[in-house]
Amino acid sequence: MKRTEPLLEARGITKRFPGVVALDDVHLALGAGEVHALVGENGAGKSTLIKVFTGVYQPDGGELRYNGAPAGFASPLEAQRAGISTIYQEVNLVPMMSVARNLLLGREPRGRLGVIDTARLYGHARAVLRGFGLDTDVRRPLRSLGVGAQQMVALARAVSVDAKVVIMDEPTSSLEPREVETLFGVIGRLRESGIAVIYVSHRLDELYRVCDNVTVLRDGRVAHTGPLADLNRLKLISLMLGRDLAEVKSGGLTRFNRDQGAVDGTPVVEARGLTRRHVLSDVTVSVRPGEVVGLGGLLGAGRTETAKAIVGALPLDGGQVLVAGAPLPRGGTKAAISAGVSMLPEDRKAEGIIPGLSVRDNIALAALPSLARAGVVSDSRIDRVVEIFMRRLRIKASSPHQVVSELSGGNQQKVLLARWLAVRPKVLLLDEPTRGIDVGAKAEVQALIDELAGEGLGVLLISSDLEELVEGADRILVLREGAVVGELSGENVTEAKIMAAIAERAHD
Amino acid sequence: MTTVTRREEIGRVLQQHGALMVLGVLIVVGTLAFDSFATVGNAASVVVSSSFLAVVAIGMTFVIIGGGIDLSVGSLFVLGGVLAAAGSRYGFAAALLLPLAVCGLVGLVQGLIIARTGLAPFIVTLAGLLGVRGLMLAISDEGATTYLVSDPAFAALGQGELLGLTYPVYVTIVLVLAAMVLLQRTGFGQNVYAIGGNEQAAALMGVPVTRTKVLVYLMSGLLAGLAGALNAARLSSGVTILGIGMELDAIAAVVIGGTLLTGGAGGVTGTVAGVLLLGVIQSLINQVGNLTSSFQQVVSGAFLALVVVAQRLLSKAQRLN
Repeated sequence: MKRTEPLLEARGITKRFPGVVALDDVHLALGAGEVHALVGENGAGKSTLIKVFTGVYQPDGGELRYNGAPAGFASPLEAQRAGISTIYQEVNLVPMMSVARNLLLGREPRGRLGVIDTARLYGHARAVLRGFGLDTDVRRPLRSLGVGAQQMVALARAVSVDAKVVIMDEPTSSLEPREVETLFGVIGRLRESGIAVIYVSHRLDELYRVCDNVTVLRDGRVAHTGPLADLNRLKLISLMLGRDLAEVKSGGLTRFNRDQGAVDGTPVVEARGLTRRHVLSDVTVSVRPGEVVGLGGLLGAGRTETAKAIVGALPLDGGQVLVAGAPLPRGGTKAAISAGVSMLPEDRKAEGIIPGLSVRDNIALAALPSLARAGVVSDSRIDRVVEIFMRRLRIKASSPHQVVSELSGGNQQKVLLARWLAVRPKVLLLDEPTRGIDVGAKAEVQALIDELAGEGLGVLLISSDLEELVEGADRILVLREGAVVGELSGENVTEAKIMAAIAERAHD
Repeated sequence: MTTVTRREEIGRVLQQHGALMVLGVLIVVGTLAFDSFATVGNAASVVVSSSFLAVVAIGMTFVIIGGGIDLSVGSLFVLGGVLAAAGSRYGFAAALLLPLAVCGLVGLVQGLIIARTGLAPFIVTLAGLLGVRGLMLAISDEGATTYLVSDPAFAALGQGELLGLTYPVYVTIVLVLAAMVLLQRTGFGQNVYAIGGNEQAAALMGVPVTRTKVLVYLMSGLLAGLAGALNAARLSSGVTILGIGMELDAIAAVVIGGTLLTGGAGGVTGTVAGVLLLGVIQSLINQVGNLTSSFQQVVSGAFLALVVVAQRLLSKAQRLN
């Protein structure tokens, strides 16, 4: 690849949101004809950086340069007009409009009197899509197409607007293998015609196949930037996860101190062959009483999806969940909860806490049915349960009636934990239980997990914090692209082994 | 594959032309049941009386396809009539331009507020409805002053006839054709569909969301004012009570015509069918004789409920595919 003046360049870009620095002095240079991988874990700042490039966000500091001159895009429209085109992970088209109109919205061929020429519109759309391996009736509404085909329409649209830079955010997450090949063909064509591509993905095989350079973001900062070929997979993963291979196993920083080791007994929950197209393939997990099973893997590897599938919050194409040997009926979380399987979701704000309600009401919410007699809930019974858990989990609130949004993140997390413990589960699925809470609260939550497991609760622990995973779990399953690629137990539970399992080539 | 496509196709046709089909059925039923129904005179009267609602409903179609709602058009229709009658003292141009300017301005302001602040169209245009009604009452001294149309040329615009139909009918036909082209064959029309279908995606695809929304409400205000002015010309006066609540008839006509209340799909042809359907229902109830016209509202209401339920079922069936 030849080095020239960068086509698009971020120089010391900083972006702050209330309470967070999303991007901190980020540099990224993109040359014409270059395919540049942008990688990082959840919250690393990839999306924010993309949004700065595409005019959705304005940077608070630093300089954006385009074509060798300072540039600022006030809106996505301006960025697009300048030749920066984006395809998003979620298809961002209009489902009810026809395929052709989606493809050419804003650039419809005009006939006499400036009126849209529909015959040419359809003809042109057909021709463009054929170049992307898509042979479909372009007059049909977009939503009648499969997700992969919709993604190809989005790709065709992004590429056919005279783009100079194309940003692809997880473009392959909903594509069939054949469509992925088409995509790579398109990327090859783009490269030849001097168009630069920013390629965001967690699929290492893809990155190594199509990308020239890589920038690794972590916690809003650039952790590494340079040619991808100079970086082996293990090194790339350790950069993404922020674990220096040399310092791995310093240990002792978490609060897990229960004796780890083999736990006997029959599994309290057992998921067999969980399968969902593009998401999970044949995932089998079991958790025994008192056991902490960790799920490792990169973002998008299927960890959250596995947990959701177990509690019935994710429709499946195949597979079965057994609780204490009995199959769980599919089609909703209610059966799982009453069988004793509860999940603490990753996104507290969106999926868990009800900010306007009190600590008491938030805790009692899931347990209400079990606290009620003939549909009437006894206040004193609720008060008793709430009091027990507030003391037990050391929730710091002025009173049970304090509104939960006034608590710190760590205490909010404990309230959620209390909510699910109040229904007396046999198994608790914890998705990133310590993300976004301060160090002290983190240690407390970790100690709690330990304590609960010690009392016989089965725990499925999802964490991107490798240290937390290694010190907390008795056994770890490593996922990649929706499949289990390794199981570690005993003294094999180490950060290096997890990273090695993630890095292992998928198709060798 | 073919069966799915066929089911899809049936759903689409029902969605788009359901109102037209029911209209056809009602006309056949009316013709068989009542001798005086299928007469030239009755047909002309239905068409003439429907034309004003049709003009208002065209604007409403754009608003609803764009994902919004405009409650102010009934008040604007009345205000437009009063202003036209008041303006007619200064000649034809004043009679036409005064309502257009004022109602257009109200639409523009509502559009700016909705597009710039992201406030719900429902609440912004509800404020418009109340404010405009107050303005109309203030101008007409609480309805005590009735302005008469004093410009004969302007009155002729509302009352003149060609081939048995009054001029406003032809104005409506021209507007309908223009609106069809605008919606289907221009970038503006495509932008309206895109915003109503998925506003965030539309913005990311480079659709000028703010400008499009403002234009849509501006257009709705202008059309309501124009319809009011034409109505005043027809009645030779600015009547202060006719047209109150018309926004609801307009919304009903648009939805019955197959436009999704949630935006993103629909069209002007359906709206015209919806307007005529409401008119024919009215006419049929008049034919029955001993029923008061209040029953027209009962029937229209029931029919609207039916259409909305059918739409939901259709879209569910389509999503299952």
